[in-house]
Amino acid sequence: MSSSIRLKTKIRDDITTVRAIIRHPMETGFRIDDDTAKLVPEHYIKKINFKHNGKTIFSCDWSRAVSKNPYLSFMFSDSKIGDKIEISWLDNIGNTDKLETLIE
Amino acid sequence: MIRRVFLKILTSSTVVLVSGLTTPIRLLAEWNESAFSAKNIDSAINSYFPNKEIKRSDRIKVEIYDEVENGAVVPVKINTDLENVKTITIFADKNPNPLIANFNLGETTLGFVSTRIKVSEPSNIIIIVNSNNTLYMAKKFVVVHENGCG
Repeated sequence: MSSSIRLKTKIRDDITTVRAIIRHPMETGFRIDDDTAKLVPEHYIKKINFKHNGKTIFSCDWSRAVSKNPYLSFMFSDSKIGDKIEISWLDNIGNTDKLETLIE
Repeated sequence: MIRRVFLKILTSSTVVLVSGLTTPIRLLAEWNESAFSAKNIDSAINSYFPNKEIKRSDRIKVEIYDEVENGAVVPVKINTDLENVKTITIFADKNPNPLIANFNLGETTLGFVSTRIKVSEPSNIIIIVNSNNTLYMAKKFVVVHENGCG
């Protein structure tokens, strides 16, 4: 099963820009399914955590009003090529996924 | 499938067992249920930042299109040169639940975040930044033509 997370890093001097896209439906619970004519239950990411060399540098608390297949970008300093980046997410029904990568 | 892989990882080492089990539980506990379920902008802000004064600031730049066709995908970019930013929080005043997202920044994280949000109808997008434990606010109006919350 391929990861739900796509993560890219770009470093300039010691500042890394992180761009992440997560495959997730981010259902609000308000949408009506065209085929069944029933409401699709809410299903959305509530928490995301990013670590740089083991230390949390960025975390998110989300509602169902973040767009489907969420996109996220942020920047941090004191970084260098080869440093470890970890991302993990948790949704409202307890699903979770994580990814580790190195700054390149 | 995810669960099976997860269990396999858990049994493979005690170090992973500890971090794997405690992290999601701790993360869920911190999610502010009452603020996220608030149904109007005042109660959402008061619930997330109880009894706090909020000052307007022109040091928070909010980049959003003036007008967006589909409210399901509204790009938002926030930049601030305020010092020691701890949180950046996004609200849309007309959404069914106005609190959209909160971002916690570490000491090395710059005052910048870019994401995409859902907006149900023409709304003020309100950004609140915690800098040195003082709250600052900026807002920008966005017109959406198609409800992004359906």
